[in-house]
Amino acid sequence: MTEQATGAHPQPRPRSSGQQQTAPVEHVTGAQSLIRSLEEVGAEVVFGIPGGTIMPAYDPLMDSTKVRHVLVRHEQGAGHAATGYAQATGKVGVCMATSGPGATNLVTAIADAHMDSVPIVAITGQVNSKNIGTDAFQEADIVGITMPITKHNFLVTKAEDIAPTIAEAFHIASTGRPGPVLVDITKDAQQAQTTFSWPPQTDLPGYRPVTKPHAKQIREAAKLITQAKRPILYVGGGVLKAHATAELKVLAELTQAPVTTTLMALGAFPDSHPLHVGMPGMHGAVTAVTALQKADLIVALGARFDDRVTGKLDSFAPYAKVVHADIDPAEIGKNRAADVPIVGDAREVIADLIQAIQAEHTEGNTGDYSAWWEDLNRWRKTYPLSYDQPEDGSLAPQQVIERIGKLAPKDTIFAAGVGQHQMWAAHFIDYEQPATWLNSGGAGTMGYAVPAAMGAKAGQPTRTVWAIDGDGCFQMTNQELVTCALNNIPIKVAIINNGALGMVRQWQNLFYDGRYSNTVLHGDKTNHSPGSQVGESEAPRKGTRVPDFVKLSEAMGCVALRCEDPAELDAVIQKANEINDRPVVIDFIVHEDAQVWPMVAAGTSNDEVMAARDVRPDFGDGADD
Amino acid sequence: MSKHTLSVLVENTPGILARIAALFSRRGFNIDSLAVGVTEHPDISRITIVVNVEDLPLEQVTKQLNKLVNVLKIVELEPGQAVARELVLVKVRADNETRSQIVEIVQLFRAKTVDVSPEAVTIEATGSSDKLEAMLKMLEPFGIKELVQSGTIAIGRGSRSITDRSLRALDRSA
Repeated sequence: MTEQATGAHPQPRPRSSGQQQTAPVEHVTGAQSLIRSLEEVGAEVVFGIPGGTIMPAYDPLMDSTKVRHVLVRHEQGAGHAATGYAQATGKVGVCMATSGPGATNLVTAIADAHMDSVPIVAITGQVNSKNIGTDAFQEADIVGITMPITKHNFLVTKAEDIAPTIAEAFHIASTGRPGPVLVDITKDAQQAQTTFSWPPQTDLPGYRPVTKPHAKQIREAAKLITQAKRPILYVGGGVLKAHATAELKVLAELTQAPVTTTLMALGAFPDSHPLHVGMPGMHGAVTAVTALQKADLIVALGARFDDRVTGKLDSFAPYAKVVHADIDPAEIGKNRAADVPIVGDAREVIADLIQAIQAEHTEGNTGDYSAWWEDLNRWRKTYPLSYDQPEDGSLAPQQVIERIGKLAPKDTIFAAGVGQHQMWAAHFIDYEQPATWLNSGGAGTMGYAVPAAMGAKAGQPTRTVWAIDGDGCFQMTNQELVTCALNNIPIKVAIINNGALGMVRQWQNLFYDGRYSNTVLHGDKTNHSPGSQVGESEAPRKGTRVPDFVKLSEAMGCVALRCEDPAELDAVIQKANEINDRPVVIDFIVHEDAQVWPMVAAGTSNDEVMAARDVRPDFGDGADD
Repeated sequence: MSKHTLSVLVENTPGILARIAALFSRRGFNIDSLAVGVTEHPDISRITIVVNVEDLPLEQVTKQLNKLVNVLKIVELEPGQAVARELVLVKVRADNETRSQIVEIVQLFRAKTVDVSPEAVTIEATGSSDKLEAMLKMLEPFGIKELVQSGTIAIGRGSRSITDRSLRALDRSA
């Protein structure tokens, strides 16, 4: 079946007619129209690299006083920077690349933004429209490639379509469930003459996100909340995206229900709040994991019952009724059936829920969760997050991260890579405000931290931005420190350097008999297989120290520090905090066998949560079920 | 598993078929049959998809389809309240002995002979998939040399049109 089966080639609807009466019409090239459009939608920063097919756009970009372009060193960095910018500012992030490899280098970052519902617009050059399909130089079907990893994408072949498409792209990216949108523009469309007026006429008849929740469902949810004995508010990233954190606090305090915030939602509810029981999931707090398991009502707000949260799905939260509120109808009932489905924007949903619950309270229907809180408080007291200090006097990675959090100036933004350090950063830093925690949750993209921190700092130049990175992650994207150094984007990077791909190493330790296949990053060439090791080595954390992160960072224009001694920890962090004119990198040499706990082993039930190695919590199972 | 017929109204834009087909494959749903063509409104195409899924996955695939920006509307056509048709063209081995028998089968199924040669008869038939299956079963003993089938297309019974409201949405935005 091909589209020729329609009997006629489908033609995009002409758009040229709808000029606004009042807006002045400018005669411009397609490229100028693109830059004017970016100015009009309020894009302040564009991260990108020019190349053959996007060169026409870069010419007027040079003259724009409203749009700042940051020349990155790799397009993946541009993509993650756009994501970091978007997460830190709440605005749409923008990245730009040329056709072919420029565009395909954006793919990882676009997929990452798609999994975490981050609003970005990626603009790519494409070969001349006549050459499409001829395997022309630097041609890649980036619209086809990114179809499954964008919220929507466009191929623009006519200059007059550029402005309306940019308007549509920003609208789609930022409304409903946010996500990445790619706009691929042929070189001839950029070069052709057209007219520009703003706002352009947009045309999206099939795009109508529902934001207003259904009143009946809200009343039903309010009733369940007041009737429940063991409710929990399961808060996901949607609450941050909807800017609903103030409403969430009111809801939580009104109901006095415990709150758990997912990895994507850290900061949506203050970590220090007495109603907060921690993060759920594979490496969640024992109290949060268990609270979901024992709950009789889960109120999911902008969360999607991800496998990292639920563990083995058919044994997840067996006693719970589910109220599931999400702006994306497809998330409701996808993994876990909902008893009360609510489609809507989290902010409107929570605001309506507050009113409905107040109405229930007025009628004397208040929930009594005192027995539930006795359980929760007991678990919290018995199984707090903790870690052991290494016996050999080396640095504990958890302590490094904890101290960075404690010593960080107010309003600091943290960006993490992916792996053990990410989980420790989730556990041991307190997030009190929204948009202070950026990470790659759904995709788990190693190398996210440095470019995302760069994007966040570009968008929030007055705030301190710390990247908490691993030595494996750092080696994937550290080249963006050059960008930071040259563009006055002074981020701070903590390399939690354990000389290994730590999370994989942890699994090899637990599930592969300590056979460390290709997770040793500081391996020695005298070894038959420098990347591998069996059992514990004699001098684990020394290794070869290749690369020397201090020299590497200095070469990239950063101030570089190293810390190996717990006694120096605070002083080194404070020194980094005082440097604000250049990027700073600290190479923290930490113990290589520190592990992330608690843990629910992959594919097992959340009932099997282990508080620490060989420590299975005792909930007195059966007694209160 | 049960068969469901979905009528999907889409904007008639380049690449829309790829978007729909790719969505099915990446979400792990099998398409039994697919047919696409323009509607009475030149800006709107109608894609008829027959899927073989349980109810819950059907709800999920419908919701995922609805998220595609170029998709205007999805309607599931219930078998009792819709007319569904397929088209087959089939080339059957025929000689002077068997030709009349074949023509008799063609008449029984209200099909048409569209081409005749000394060794073969080409038959055009439309109908429900059950009817066409029955006809092909009858023709099989003669020797089927070549068979081509269209996807199912379907339309609801009665006076209501599923394109009405979508057209209004289009008009509003235009």
